[in-house]
Amino acid sequence: MSTATATPPRAPLAPLPTEPRRRLGRRITRTVLTYLVLVIFALIYIYPFLIEIASSFKTGADATAHPLSPIPQTWTTEESFSKLAGVDFSRWFTNSVVVALFVTLGRVFFDSLAGYALARLHFLGRRAINGAIVAVMAVPGVVLLIPKYLVLVQLHMYDTYYGMIIPLMADAAGVFIMRQFFISIPVEVEEAARIDGAGTFRLFWSVVLPMARPAVITLTILSFQGSWNEFSYFLVARGSPQLNTLTTGVASLLSGQLGAGNQFPLKLAAALLMTIPTAIVFFVFQRYFIRGASAGAVKG
Amino acid sequence: MSTKSGIRGREGLAGWLFIAPVVIILGLFLLLPILVAIWVSVSDWGGKGSPLGAGYVGATNYEALLVKPGLAQLNLATSLRNNLYYVILVVPIQTVLALFLATILNARRLKGKGFFRTAFYFPSVTSSVAIVTVFLFMFTGAGVVNQILGWVGIHGPNWFNDPRGVLRLALSELNLVNPDSPPGWLTNHGFLGLAWWDWLSGPSVAMCALIILAVWTTGGTFMLMFLAALQDVPDDVLEAATVDGATRWQIFRSVTLPALRPTLFLVITLGLIGTWQVFDQIYLTGGGGPGKTTLTPAYLSYSAAFNDFKWGQGAAIAFILFAIIVVMTIIQRLVMRERRTLPRRRRFPVSGGAR
Repeated sequence: MSTATATPPRAPLAPLPTEPRRRLGRRITRTVLTYLVLVIFALIYIYPFLIEIASSFKTGADATAHPLSPIPQTWTTEESFSKLAGVDFSRWFTNSVVVALFVTLGRVFFDSLAGYALARLHFLGRRAINGAIVAVMAVPGVVLLIPKYLVLVQLHMYDTYYGMIIPLMADAAGVFIMRQFFISIPVEVEEAARIDGAGTFRLFWSVVLPMARPAVITLTILSFQGSWNEFSYFLVARGSPQLNTLTTGVASLLSGQLGAGNQFPLKLAAALLMTIPTAIVFFVFQRYFIRGASAGAVKG
Repeated sequence: MSTKSGIRGREGLAGWLFIAPVVIILGLFLLLPILVAIWVSVSDWGGKGSPLGAGYVGATNYEALLVKPGLAQLNLATSLRNNLYYVILVVPIQTVLALFLATILNARRLKGKGFFRTAFYFPSVTSSVAIVTVFLFMFTGAGVVNQILGWVGIHGPNWFNDPRGVLRLALSELNLVNPDSPPGWLTNHGFLGLAWWDWLSGPSVAMCALIILAVWTTGGTFMLMFLAALQDVPDDVLEAATVDGATRWQIFRSVTLPALRPTLFLVITLGLIGTWQVFDQIYLTGGGGPGKTTLTPAYLSYSAAFNDFKWGQGAAIAFILFAIIVVMTIIQRLVMRERRTLPRRRRFPVSGGAR
């Protein structure tokens, strides 16, 4: 394809020797400029993370005096990682893992069930539910912080693991993604299995869900990332320090209730450790993230 | 398709069983909260006992915020001003940046495309808490950013602690206004209890740091959306334009941009919705400081309820914010519709099945 497009312009220009050379020069300049711009932007995007890593191995004084340097003067974890035990970091980490695990499992299962029902099953009220799901996606999340807290308190779920997990176990965007996927795959396989006498749930579990693997992976990743990074909801859903997740825990470090000095190596080390799981998932499943970004785009 | 009534009946039951968990969870933790909040916003609930037992006070909470001069009104006006500047700057800059990066990355013979795309997108999947931590470190008085500014001889400000409005700074730098004796016609009149002089201060230096943070973080997501849309621009049209002797800029203006219109619309809408909700960053950088210049309605709503125990007012602010977001989206929809000159050739691939 690219060879076919490259040849035609060259032929008519052949009689004029100066023209192509000027064109070539311009192309080289443009290529150099393109890479220059890209490299500058890449630095702007990557360097902050390098600084984050480097500062996690510096002393507070070193980090403050040489914030730009990507190499610590002396490598030490004395003022960063070693101090994390003192702030109950492992507890936050465990809480984040537990919450993200259950939220992800719940979301994938419930959202797929609902998405399948909305795409394939005929039942009274389907249109209404469909409309409601789309409407719910349009509600801005931040305006619901107070009301969610109120309901949690009324249901005696405030400051419990249940309260932090169950309300997040279903989300409208996930239902929407799954529904769109099920609509897009052919119905014949299901029909065949149905004729064989499979019940609706068995059909869903052993025929449909395996076919939906790419969508399920996308949803798993989005759910994990979403619940791992969730901050504002956990701010209002719990109050006791024992239920701190990484986000609310590190946030309490930022508000600086502890110790003297700016504690930057400690804070940056904590931020770094909370980024690593997302980074691993991101680099392994990158293409699913990208698919998710364009799927999430449908929201609007 | 089988149409036996027995199967249909069973299917109906299965349908409801399948959808039940989602309906219950969303109903209980999304719909019910909205209803409770509507009630709380017209009640005098003080945070103790059941909100259902609180007294009905009519529009008092809304009046205190919108009509009656006082601290509540002043805070709301200040937060609206701050967020307005935030939106006006973040949405266009991040949209242009995303489009710019996507256009560069879409070049055919580019090496390392995947690497650059990953680099630009990674901040979008990172926790806001982690990002703010890094930014707090980079934007200290003697921090990374100011050291880099120092290379070109600029003495950087103390970012997150600097409440000065940049518009006012620029005007006084040009000797157009004297910040110590502002013109009376600006200080004596105002809107929502805030003098025009303060409305026109521009975003504070601290807010500018948050604006940079937002652009840096979310640019990547929108870049991906543009990148996906750019791949849908038909090659033959681009080639025809090249053969006709159109310059790159002409091609971009009259072929690429019209084809991207639906995505552009989407990116701006998502940008507007997102920027009016800014909360995490505000909470994490000290809750609206310095001098309330980074206070936003979303944070004000939270702190009115959770810090000042004015639950009614907090809920009322949330609904005012909700209304603002709805109005902004409608306005943007109208503006974009009027400007549409070319017929939409391609719709966003999945949106066709939305209904």
